[in-house]
Amino acid sequence: MGIDPGLAREHTREMMMIGALTLLLVFQLIGEVLVRAIELPVPGPVVGMGLLLVALVIRGGPGQDLRNTSNGLLQHLSLLFVPAGAGVMLHFRRLADEWLSLMIALALSTVLAIAVAALLLNALTRHKQGGNGQ
Amino acid sequence: MKPDIEEVWVYLSTTPLLGLTLTLLTYQAAWWIYQRGNQHPLLNPVLIAVVMLVSILTLTDTHYDTYFDGAQFVHFLLGPATVALAIPLYAQWKRLRSMLAPLLLTLAVGSLTAALSAVGVAALLGASRESMMSLAPKSVTTPIAMGIAESLGGLPSLTAVLVIATGIFGAVVARFVFQALRIEDHAVRGFAIGLASHGIGTARAFQVSEQAGAFAALAMGLNALVTALTLPWILPWLSSLVR
Repeated sequence: MGIDPGLAREHTREMMMIGALTLLLVFQLIGEVLVRAIELPVPGPVVGMGLLLVALVIRGGPGQDLRNTSNGLLQHLSLLFVPAGAGVMLHFRRLADEWLSLMIALALSTVLAIAVAALLLNALTRHKQGGNGQ
Repeated sequence: MKPDIEEVWVYLSTTPLLGLTLTLLTYQAAWWIYQRGNQHPLLNPVLIAVVMLVSILTLTDTHYDTYFDGAQFVHFLLGPATVALAIPLYAQWKRLRSMLAPLLLTLAVGSLTAALSAVGVAALLGASRESMMSLAPKSVTTPIAMGIAESLGGLPSLTAVLVIATGIFGAVVARFVFQALRIEDHAVRGFAIGLASHGIGTARAFQVSEQAGAFAALAMGLNALVTALTLPWILPWLSSLVR
């Protein structure tokens, strides 16, 4: 009685977001449990991601609510790395001894890995698909 | 007046509210700078936010653990966000399946390149064995990298720092590498950046395009698996050959 239909719609939308968030957490939980139960060498959330992908392929795609919620989370994925990144401050002293050689090795190998992976995949896929993306 | 301010600080420095708010404030500032600079990779928001945060924490003499009491709420979301990567992956499912063999071959070669070249250069520069083993899994997402380092005889906590540094560095330089090599395809770009610089690279890839993000997420997940399965026996085997 007297409930504004617009407000009610707003409520269902919020409930759907909670539903999507619950789904993500349930898949993470399944992943974490599986990793411990069969001693997989991957983190629980990565297993959860794989399982959700399989579920989506079987079901034929995500609903709008799940798509919105995951977009919201992934749009600012960078933010989620900030707390761990600030942990650098704990290691200033240890890094002091060898930081130069470690940083050179890190920089060179990262550039090399990016270049090798990009060139190889580019060469392999261009053969097959005839210059896709060009 | 002075005791009041001290009292306020005593309150602030013990509540999780400060760490959480500080994380969001520095990130907003970093994001603002990143947007002003047209999302230029050199203005990476993780890098800028971390530099600001570490400066503030150091200047106020705040311990990282105190800060993390609040920041853990943001940190926690990494789990569900990782699961959520399945949605963009699904959106690329068709393209992904059509490229399966090239992706797997690139994964194998790229995974080895990332780890072995790091160890090789560090060895040439005279790094200690402990540091080399901590550096080896640097392209793998943090929790797995720490586990690999431990099994190799490295220092997991040092690995955590090197992993984050690799992620930020990869996110910053990738575009320049792609431009130099004339790589245009966003699927290829995404896969390379996710393989070499895990989640932070993936975050950057999503800011470029959804296709790049999806392929980065795929490479990140697969590289974690492959490196965890192979590196703990490849590296000891190689170092026994050298000796």
